[in-house]
Amino acid sequence: MAKPEKLIENGIRLDGRKPDELRPIKIKVGVLNRADGSCYFEFGGNKVIAAVYGPREVHPRHMQKSTSAVVRYKYNMASFSVEDRKRPGPDRRSIEVSKVSREALEPVIFQEYFPRSAIDIFVEVLQADAGTRTAGINAASIALADAGIPMKSLVSACAVGKVDDTLVLDLNKDEDNYGQADMPIAMTPDGRITLLQMDGHLSSDEFKEGLEMAKKGCLEIAQLQRAALLEKYTSQIVGDSNE
Amino acid sequence: MKMEKKLVIPGDFLSDDVKLADEGTYVEDGKVFSSVFGIVSINKQIRVVPLSGKYIPKRDDIVIGIVTEVSFSNWIVDIRSPYEGLLHISEFPRRIDNADMSKYLKVGESIMTLVSDVDETMKVELTLNDQRLRQITEGRVIEITPSKVPRVIGKNGSMIGMLKNETGCNIFIAQNGRVWLTGKDKNIDLAVRTIQKIEDESHISGLTERIVKFLKEEKGIPAKKQVKKTEEDKSGGILDELLDK
Repeated sequence: MAKPEKLIENGIRLDGRKPDELRPIKIKVGVLNRADGSCYFEFGGNKVIAAVYGPREVHPRHMQKSTSAVVRYKYNMASFSVEDRKRPGPDRRSIEVSKVSREALEPVIFQEYFPRSAIDIFVEVLQADAGTRTAGINAASIALADAGIPMKSLVSACAVGKVDDTLVLDLNKDEDNYGQADMPIAMTPDGRITLLQMDGHLSSDEFKEGLEMAKKGCLEIAQLQRAALLEKYTSQIVGDSNE
Repeated sequence: MKMEKKLVIPGDFLSDDVKLADEGTYVEDGKVFSSVFGIVSINKQIRVVPLSGKYIPKRDDIVIGIVTEVSFSNWIVDIRSPYEGLLHISEFPRRIDNADMSKYLKVGESIMTLVSDVDETMKVELTLNDQRLRQITEGRVIEITPSKVPRVIGKNGSMIGMLKNETGCNIFIAQNGRVWLTGKDKNIDLAVRTIQKIEDESHISGLTERIVKFLKEEKGIPAKKQVKKTEEDKSGGILDELLDK
């Protein structure tokens, strides 16, 4: 898509959202039978699936830590997830995303409970539409809880950015491509930031304002994450009474 | 006190009283929070029972293991946990020679075994030197979520007692979530289905009544309503007897 004339018109964005509005989110917990915990997460046009295995034995052996678990996070984009076919396999971008996402989740996991073991997180992007790393972190944190892994809290993530000199929450593809800044943020519900990256330029006032917007967005996501987890078990009660 | 069946997620606030913190919780700034996704249970202490998760070996647990390797003086046993179990040759009930180890216990065979020690590096030592322990040579072994083991056993063994009576199987539930059933094939099938139902619905209250009903429906022939009633009375009797023991 060529660059549109204006990304924001009368305070309404190209996809009809207000500047501080998130894209629609759909969450399903426990979608994979063979994984210890899993989650399917839709974030606007993003579709990601996260699987958690472990704690389990560490292979290769030399990676294991004698006093705590190792957390491994693998972010992967399917070759069909973007418009032009993505060459499959790890590349510089996905290795970076894996690293920062792992570091966004590590602070909340009680790794010292499971010495000499590994907690493996796999995030597969089925469809990408700007903000896949935040979608991946949201999905992974639900999958971790679903796997019964002890954590301090969930982690929620969303991005803020600047397009047409206006701060906007949760950029979509066009806003990401033609905007002036993109800043993904991950945090716990009590406001501790575990990931913050920035691409582009923001003034320090804009940065502060953007941070506040992202905090609100993350809290909103945290509510949805909680609801999705609880739903996995309450839906079974409803299912029973119908029998 | 209808707080008992509350679902919580990691990070949920539980209490201001640090002394109440027990398994499945953590303390920060003088407050108790949940550390797992599970069900809160409050009696004296606050615990959160996770809805899923791996078995973490503890000393004195009886577990069911499968031999995966025979090394020079140890059997290496899969106990369904991130850590493998080691059964040393000296922990076998009889004195045997190193060379004969795989004659007595081959790779792939199952044993009921006791965790004799777990150290801080999670080296798990097992033993077979106990009256209760044996090799598993018959019946069937199924797997359930380890955190749900207490629910399948029930208060003072009430659930398992009822299951044994109603299905006529002998059932042993190991702490690592492996369940050993022996009896007639058909009875085992029924017991397996029932245990799966218990596992799926352990978080919904009124479990025991539903299981009793389920068992009756599965076993009962609709035309013999009268018979079923007497059966019900009888089963209660047997259960009471069991509980009295």
